Amino acid sequence: MVFEMRMKGSRAIVKSLENENVEVIFGIPGGATIPLFDELYDSSIRTILVRHEQGAAHAAEGYARVCGEVGVCTATSGPGATNLTTGIADAYLDSSPIVAFTGQVATPFLGKDAFQEADTMGITMPITKHNFQLRSVEEIPGVIKTAFTLARTGRPGPVVIDMPKDMQEKEADIKFPKKVDIEGYRPTLKGHIRQIKKAAEMLLDARMPIIFAGGGIIISGAERELYDLSALLQAPVTTSLMGKGAFPEDHPLALGMVGMHGRKAANYAINDADVMLAVGVRFSDRSTGAVSCFAPEAKIIHVDIDPAEIGKNVRVDLPVVGDAKLVLQDLIKLIKESIKKGSRGGKGGRTTAWQEKVKRYIKEFQPRMDYDDIPLHPARVIKEIMGALKPDDILVTEVGQCQMWAAHFCSITRPRTFISSGGLGTMGFGFPAAMGAKVARPDRNVIDIAGDGSFLMNCQELATVVENDIPVVVAVFNNRYLGMVRQWQEIFYDRRYSGVDLGTQPDFVKLAEAFGAEGMRVERPEEIAPAVREAFKSGMPTVIDVMIAHEENILPMVPPGRCLKDIIE
Amino acid sequence: MDDGYILAAMVEDKPGVMQRISGLFRKRNFNIDSISVGSSEKPGVSRMTLTVTGDSQILEQVIKQLSKLVEVIKVTRLDEGEAVTRELALVKIGTRDESERAEVVQYANIFRGRIVDVHKESLIVEITGDRPKIDAFINLVDVYGIKELAKTGLTAMTRG
Repeated sequence: MVFEMRMKGSRAIVKSLENENVEVIFGIPGGATIPLFDELYDSSIRTILVRHEQGAAHAAEGYARVCGEVGVCTATSGPGATNLTTGIADAYLDSSPIVAFTGQVATPFLGKDAFQEADTMGITMPITKHNFQLRSVEEIPGVIKTAFTLARTGRPGPVVIDMPKDMQEKEADIKFPKKVDIEGYRPTLKGHIRQIKKAAEMLLDARMPIIFAGGGIIISGAERELYDLSALLQAPVTTSLMGKGAFPEDHPLALGMVGMHGRKAANYAINDADVMLAVGVRFSDRSTGAVSCFAPEAKIIHVDIDPAEIGKNVRVDLPVVGDAKLVLQDLIKLIKESIKKGSRGGKGGRTTAWQEKVKRYIKEFQPRMDYDDIPLHPARVIKEIMGALKPDDILVTEVGQCQMWAAHFCSITRPRTFISSGGLGTMGFGFPAAMGAKVARPDRNVIDIAGDGSFLMNCQELATVVENDIPVVVAVFNNRYLGMVRQWQEIFYDRRYSGVDLGTQPDFVKLAEAFGAEGMRVERPEEIAPAVREAFKSGMPTVIDVMIAHEENILPMVPPGRCLKDIIE
Repeated sequence: MDDGYILAAMVEDKPGVMQRISGLFRKRNFNIDSISVGSSEKPGVSRMTLTVTGDSQILEQVIKQLSKLVEVIKVTRLDEGEAVTRELALVKIGTRDESERAEVVQYANIFRGRIVDVHKESLIVEITGDRPKIDAFINLVDVYGIKELAKTGLTAMTRG
């Protein structure tokens, strides 16, 4: 079954990638990865040359998040590898499966401060699920198989493979394993049935149940189960930022996102609930506010594939370790059985008052978006953009106010159509991630909701999207400020605007055109949707410069360290 | 609330494992008192003994986060009452004259320590035992002046 072939290390790497069905690699070559790129020259794998390694890592993550497959990126040793690290850290915090291949100086030079040497292993250890440095040519296929297995299974995450140049160049007799056994790695997939039974009882006994869904639902592909469970219990659903898309936000039981810039309905409902089923969330401080008053009335059931997440940030009454989809399937089964037996009332009369209350919250706290202001109100811009998107189209965000406007106001109905840097909050993430998303799903429209500050952090990738014909659209919410910091300075620092005024921004239309992309400017509400539609139709990478109000805030807001109900509006 | 706990971790004997573990403690802001590492009964697997301080919630996190490391095969908490714990210390003690030297040798004998080096102005005692025993010895000889002290860190095993 397993046969040996004599080949160079670089060939073994590329062959392993082909065996993993990798279709695209984002990256930039350098001295220490020339052997790898020499092999890629003959490979069917598409190599997309980015213009900065950070773009490669974010593109790999955008790709992974949209299609659920492992995203692959590469950089050379030293500065190439260090440029990747922000993207690797981003993928780590958002549990995205990527594998990053970094060049390294040849083994005899390791530790000698050789040209372009950096301790990539040491640097990436705390921001990866695992990392490897190739020590022999023979081990290459096993290491790569292990890396892909780790990246995509359990709680996904980034894996780095550091490749000393001599390991790429040397020849050896190579075997390609079909499977690898990783002794210290056994993720728990099936939840403990006794725990799930208890969860079922708690939920059936609840008068005011709420479901808090996170990115784990999307990773696990458990949207159907979440939908069914919500229907069964008639329980409202709120999501984290990463959970947007896990539950259709136009559903009558959808509360929208919770947290610092969450929907008021969601924050209030969490405050009232008596039982919370939290699935695939990690209770980030941006979601919970002060943990001492988070869901103060609720018993919390926490379902997560990562046991270390349970009890890490909030007290949990009932832990269930397992894959979201499998656990929810079991939970639904048990709840149905209970209801059938008649021992429990299920959604019967008892929860009606709660549903009424939730519906009242949703109706009463519907955010306003119909502003006609010029310069534009960001909520109106979001409304118009959403109007130009189909449900399957992909919305990527940069980080800052633009991100929170998108997260707060957008109604997302399908999984893997809202891509944002949740944990690390990486400015500059959106555009290259959108590029990766478009490569993964060329049939879908992809738009990056950007701030002018964020977009500039990786706008060099305009060259990449033009050169490689990747027609993404960027809507730059242009307010000539680092808006989120300015907002905090306005509210918490007595309007002392320090280091946030971007002054005379570049002309984004000309900037786009200089790269060979399309540029447009919109200043009036009625121009927005047509501009977005035209950009999609043109099939060209397009930057839309959207002139928004100079000092608009993203509200509502829960000040840091405060309770979710303490909302500034 | 803060207490010391002893953990035994079976880890793959690979380069960088120690860094992964110490890095994890730093990154997660856990307090670590000592780490000792050496071979185990299984080839290719090292056994690490860690003593950590913190409340029970922190202990739970330490165990879970350690267990997540791919090269960590198993983490067990050792109950101090049920476990044999040992540490080895080398203590270089200043001795100004014959009588001081004799006293130190006597103390060492009482503690079943061994004199492993004798010099005009100092001697080195090797002493093995649990923490209280070693601490007691060190307290006792402190008056002579401890010139150097090297402890291996705790190693431990459950009885039976």
